[in-house]
Amino acid sequence: MTVEKQYEVIGTRPIRPDGTDKVTGRALYGADIRLPGMLYGMVLRSPHAHARILSIDTRKAEALPGVRAVVTAADLPDLESKISELGEGTINLRYQSNNVLARDKVLYFGHAVAAVAATSIHVAEEALGLIDVQYEVLKPVLTAQEAMRPDAPILLEELRTDELGAKGTTPTNIAEHSQISRGDVEKAFAEAAVVVEREFTTATVHQGYIEPQNSTALWNVDDQLTIWCSTQGAFGVRDQVAEILEIPVSKIKVIPMEIGGGFGGKIGVYLEPIAALLSKKARRPVKLTMSRAEVLAATGPTSGSYMRIKMAANREGRITAAQAYLAYEAGAYPGSPVGSGAAVIFAPYKLDNVLIDSYDVVVNKPRAAAYRAPGGTNAAYAAEVVVDELAEKLGMDPIDFRILNGVREGDKHPGGSEYPRIGYIETLQAAKNSPHYQSKLEGPYRGRGVAAGYWGNYGGKSSASASLNPDGTISLVEGSVDIGGSRASIAMQLAETLGVAVDCIRPSVGDTDSVGYTEGTYGSRTTFATGWAAYELGNKLIQEFKARAAAYWEVDPAQVAYAKGVLTCNGRRLTLADLGSQMDDMGGPISASASVRAEKWGPAFAVHIVDVEVDPETGKVDVLRYTAAQDVGTAIHPSYVESQIHGGVAQGVGWGLNEEYVYDAQGRLLNASLLDYRMPTALDLPMIETILVEVPNPGHPYGVRGVGEVPIVPPAGALANAIYRAIGVRLNELPMSPARILAALAAKK
Amino acid sequence: MAKKVLVEATINGEEVTFLCEPRQSLLEVLRETLGLTGVKEGCNNGNCGACNVILDGVLVNSCLVLAVEVNGRSIITAEGIAGPNGLHPIQQKLLEHAALQCGVCTPGFVVAAKALLDRNPNPSEYEVRRWLAGNLCRCTGYDKIVRAVLDAAAVLRGEAQAGGPGAVVETKPEVAL
Repeated sequence: MTVEKQYEVIGTRPIRPDGTDKVTGRALYGADIRLPGMLYGMVLRSPHAHARILSIDTRKAEALPGVRAVVTAADLPDLESKISELGEGTINLRYQSNNVLARDKVLYFGHAVAAVAATSIHVAEEALGLIDVQYEVLKPVLTAQEAMRPDAPILLEELRTDELGAKGTTPTNIAEHSQISRGDVEKAFAEAAVVVEREFTTATVHQGYIEPQNSTALWNVDDQLTIWCSTQGAFGVRDQVAEILEIPVSKIKVIPMEIGGGFGGKIGVYLEPIAALLSKKARRPVKLTMSRAEVLAATGPTSGSYMRIKMAANREGRITAAQAYLAYEAGAYPGSPVGSGAAVIFAPYKLDNVLIDSYDVVVNKPRAAAYRAPGGTNAAYAAEVVVDELAEKLGMDPIDFRILNGVREGDKHPGGSEYPRIGYIETLQAAKNSPHYQSKLEGPYRGRGVAAGYWGNYGGKSSASASLNPDGTISLVEGSVDIGGSRASIAMQLAETLGVAVDCIRPSVGDTDSVGYTEGTYGSRTTFATGWAAYELGNKLIQEFKARAAAYWEVDPAQVAYAKGVLTCNGRRLTLADLGSQMDDMGGPISASASVRAEKWGPAFAVHIVDVEVDPETGKVDVLRYTAAQDVGTAIHPSYVESQIHGGVAQGVGWGLNEEYVYDAQGRLLNASLLDYRMPTALDLPMIETILVEVPNPGHPYGVRGVGEVPIVPPAGALANAIYRAIGVRLNELPMSPARILAALAAKK
Repeated sequence: MAKKVLVEATINGEEVTFLCEPRQSLLEVLRETLGLTGVKEGCNNGNCGACNVILDGVLVNSCLVLAVEVNGRSIITAEGIAGPNGLHPIQQKLLEHAALQCGVCTPGFVVAAKALLDRNPNPSEYEVRRWLAGNLCRCTGYDKIVRAVLDAAAVLRGEAQAGGPGAVVETKPEVAL
């Protein structure tokens, strides 16, 4: 299903402009920076999950030859509590500061305590061993359920529960209880023909980007600070560093280097303020790069969770009520994505009676960061397993059941908002008609599962600017960091607007001094919002081209026509190359910029089908076949849309089958390596079939709908439903690893 | 600190001499001493493949090789894969198939795929997947990477040409000339 061909550039598959640099090893990522006089930094991290810091003695480290600076939280301003916007969530800046360098307490294994800058990485490492930290070790608490008990160890003495808007009065680990409520679930449950109630837990998992966090800072003698780093948003880094260090944003320039993956994990800062402080003390540039163990122990992850779901349906197969209790681990500081979990959990279903209680709970793990559709995968896993069971009890096909109950334009999201034009039903139909779903799956220990997913997407603030070159090409500077090919998708929208070939646009990513304010690359917003800025920019350029031609021809601009890079009026003709190369006659150079705050982002829906085979001897689950159908709006660059879906599926499969943080009773992370934190390899996955259902978003000039996040929402549920059909047991715990499958098989016997 | 050692090696076809500490890995020396930053560090303990290089014809993780071990030996890094006439078919096919997103694992995949096709010019999908299982990619789900490598193998065997299913012939319009 595709829209009729109405575009010249949109919908084609050009080679990305930064591609050659990336396949030849020439592209410069943050860790590739090397500045004259640069020092190497390292961070000392807590060996305890929960402890009071009694003292830190850095004198021996400072005396080591080659060491140029040592910093601790004492070098950071002691910030007041203040809530600040952070992409896909909010953050209390005092907590953010304490997370960067622990002040009074360490709250998780790997919490940063001090840092060193030295002439080599090896000297820095030696110096870390000379820092003497005295701790009073406290009892840790590692899961939401444990942390909610009245006698649980308290992480943050000043924390009080925000209970449906009212502040509690006693110390607690529950940061917030919020609720979505509509209709009367109790009455609906009492009257229902079928009711299913189940409980679920999911493990803490990591974003797993291949490039570790890094940051290089130069605090110059004039107090101007320059930061080179791997981030999803340079302006977000500038804002956070300004707040944490209490310096004006005008003193900070952030240069985003190529980024080796983020998935939400590179929005909040970790190293940037430390590198800045070290540079300020040493008066030299300082580079910090995390090891993989540090990445796993101290960044990310996303929340483990405990969930109870209850859903009911009538005899006709209509879902009549849905209730959820969601408790998400926030990690060491408040701010889990439980709110967006609540927004996701029942979003695909038309519901009159719904009640969702959400709890944000602090535990002794790293502060939870956003991870692709934050909070969505946990919640959808639980709901989609219950929906599958409802369909089974009613004797209905799982896709037909979803079509009967699926949301359409004008229906209400559980949160109360009305859906605009969405393509959920079309996506379900496409999945149902797919060669995969129409095929037969046979053989023992094999099963097919289906699950749906929703993500709300986002728009927000973006900027882009452009200048006309003498050869008629356009240099485009955009504010969005390019993680997955967005230079191409944004340049394509400018090319479409201008009616020129995409290789006439030379895109680059700007730093915070060279382009207007732009939010980070998150929320599936970049092709939508920064693409919109490119569209506005194109229209501004066309107006300017017409004005220049009109002045040159001494006619009214309204008499000048523009199409495909050519200006015409009464038989006269100018190309963009004429405007650019003869700028002295054309009123000088031509440039423009555009900034937008894009609203009306359209929500995304996905429907996934998976076939699995379970090995009853080992408990290993093999993914035999996978199909992902998704309403993608207008696919700007279909290859990169497919690739977003592939990537989301792969991460979802890892989350569903293997990935988990393993802690000992003292809260020490036991699997901080990519051998033991088991992400999918090429051998673990089949080809992933994609079905792009293009229902254009009426809120965007080119119909763009965010595509990047929703594909991680359905996989865990689809796998659980497939495994159920393969072995006859419904697993209520993620990951569905071999050990858990074997336990389930044993319990069945 | 131990005394530095003089090492002579051939890197991407050029004779190179460098000094290194016995504790330094080949990865560290390639990146920090020789400026070959196309060799990426993802884990520094042999699990991700981002630092893959070909050492005397054998695919290795350069983080697991000590720099002093390469004396007298020959190394090919990602920077050495493209020929004088342009991109290697593996690189070209990765671009045509849009088989990269963030790109940080890509140099490792390029090197690993080169090592595979050097020894097995006609691999099956399974053989490609098995060989590349030492290289982690978190963005692409491997689908387009595997297709690109199979397609590149066909090009190298002379059975296909650059310009596969994902390719677009870029044309400059009149205005840009």
